[in-house]
Amino acid sequence: MINGFIALYIFMLAAFTGYEVISRVPVILHTPLMSGSNFVHGIVLVGAMVALGNADNPAEQIIGFIGVLLATGNVVGGYVSTERMLEMFKSSQDRKKGARA
Amino acid sequence: MNTLLSLSVMDDLIQAAYFIAALLFIIGLKRMSSPKGARGGIVWAGIGMLIAGLITFLWPGMHNYILILVAIFVGGVLAWWSGRRVPMTAMPQMVALYNGMGGGAAAAIAAQELIRGRTFGMAPVILAVIGAIIGAVSFSGSLIAFAKLQGLIKKSLRYRGQQIVNALVLCITLALGICIIVLQGAAPMYVVIPFFALALLFGILVTLPIGGADMPVVISLYNACTGLAVAFEGFVLGNAAMIIAGMVVGAAGTLLTQLMAKAMNRSITNVLFSNFGETASGGDGNVSGSLKPIEAADAGVMMAYANKVIIVPGYGMAVAQAQHKVWELTQLLQNRGVTVKFAIHPVAGRMPGHMNVLLAEAGVPYDLISDLDEINPEFPTADVTLIIGANDVVNPDARNKKDSPIYGMPILNADKAKNVIVIKRGQGRGFSGIENALFYMDNTRMFYGDGQEAVTRLIQGIKSLE
Repeated sequence: MINGFIALYIFMLAAFTGYEVISRVPVILHTPLMSGSNFVHGIVLVGAMVALGNADNPAEQIIGFIGVLLATGNVVGGYVSTERMLEMFKSSQDRKKGARA
Repeated sequence: MNTLLSLSVMDDLIQAAYFIAALLFIIGLKRMSSPKGARGGIVWAGIGMLIAGLITFLWPGMHNYILILVAIFVGGVLAWWSGRRVPMTAMPQMVALYNGMGGGAAAAIAAQELIRGRTFGMAPVILAVIGAIIGAVSFSGSLIAFAKLQGLIKKSLRYRGQQIVNALVLCITLALGICIIVLQGAAPMYVVIPFFALALLFGILVTLPIGGADMPVVISLYNACTGLAVAFEGFVLGNAAMIIAGMVVGAAGTLLTQLMAKAMNRSITNVLFSNFGETASGGDGNVSGSLKPIEAADAGVMMAYANKVIIVPGYGMAVAQAQHKVWELTQLLQNRGVTVKFAIHPVAGRMPGHMNVLLAEAGVPYDLISDLDEINPEFPTADVTLIIGANDVVNPDARNKKDSPIYGMPILNADKAKNVIVIKRGQGRGFSGIENALFYMDNTRMFYGDGQEAVTRLIQGIKSLE
């Protein structure tokens, strides 16, 4: 278990990290980046797995099942759509190389 | 003694794996900040996710493994299938949908914890409740956003006293939440169930009146919300990876939302709680000049003999699926020695940066594409600005006319170019319903036609010169 104040420090530092990491991103990458950060909060999957893994009665199992189902959708959908978008970004030089190959 | 020891080793192993996952997420997001490393960025984050997911199976005391695997399989296959086949124009609503799922999962974790009543201590219960509200609102709100962008819901629901109803629903939700907090996680079902139902209802009610053009801000906001909900539930579960990843996304998403809102010259509260269409009634009727049409051949000559052409695409271009033709036109001009650049307004499309994705899909290299701050000083040096499917983002009234509803919105200074050609289907107005003074200027010519077909005629016009 994480101590409350340690958690508070983690909250603060992670918030600044997120702000710093994103603040220098060019506009052209905003959509893939939003999709990418969407993928990253798919980490909720591990929490949902633990919740379902500890479910003891049908009601808890149903809620847990929905949780894991939704979280997996977040992870997989987020990854596939981000990857598809990023694959398309090429510079003029990449294009020329591609044309020659 | 022996099992105790192995348990603590296992715990260290799991924590180490989560640490590596969190590290990979941050590196991945960092790499996504330049077009060169972006592709690798998502792979790094993906590896982190895989490690975290696999190690969780080793969590001590877990059961229901078959249920977990079935849920992962079903959810994974459905999401993979939908993610692969969605067209790029529909990407914003898919991101909204996947994001809503994450919010829903966070709410489900909270529901689990609150129903079990095994969460102890003030801070965890408070965060579980807050995370539950944010997650549930993000879930139902994102679903509405998806339905709107997908065209399943066409009208924006607005009625008298809407704000009061919304505020009332929120207040009752908060009251029930406080009730749960006071009862320290031992709240009965008849408090917990209405609490979640009302939180979901609030997400629906607050999203329904928001118009399609404001959706980029809304999706971005819900993305940040899901991140926060994940971080809070991570605290409840004592899971550092969830706290870090959720918080990083929450902060990043908040920043993106601010950037989006700023580009539209509106505050986030303004997007959420006011109706744009209703404020846009004043400020027109005193436009001077007339619309001057131009033929394909003349427009072709104008562009073919220019030194520099700047193309301003809007969402209308993507709807008409004209981006491939636009790229063909660009190459044709480049072969004649014309410098061609693309100017993208931050809110072009249905998501921040959406237009860049659509142009990239058509094959336009990213180094030809410039954003507002880069390109605006270049307009006076351009011989021709070609506007296709954009309207409000090039309206000079935003700069000059104080009573215009869009006054103050940063725009592309397309009017500063020597000549302006506007491809437009008819004489209608833009999304905001206001006249565009640019169309009436002396150096502006209107080229009427449907996006794709109009660009094809332009291409033929230029080809006939050779």
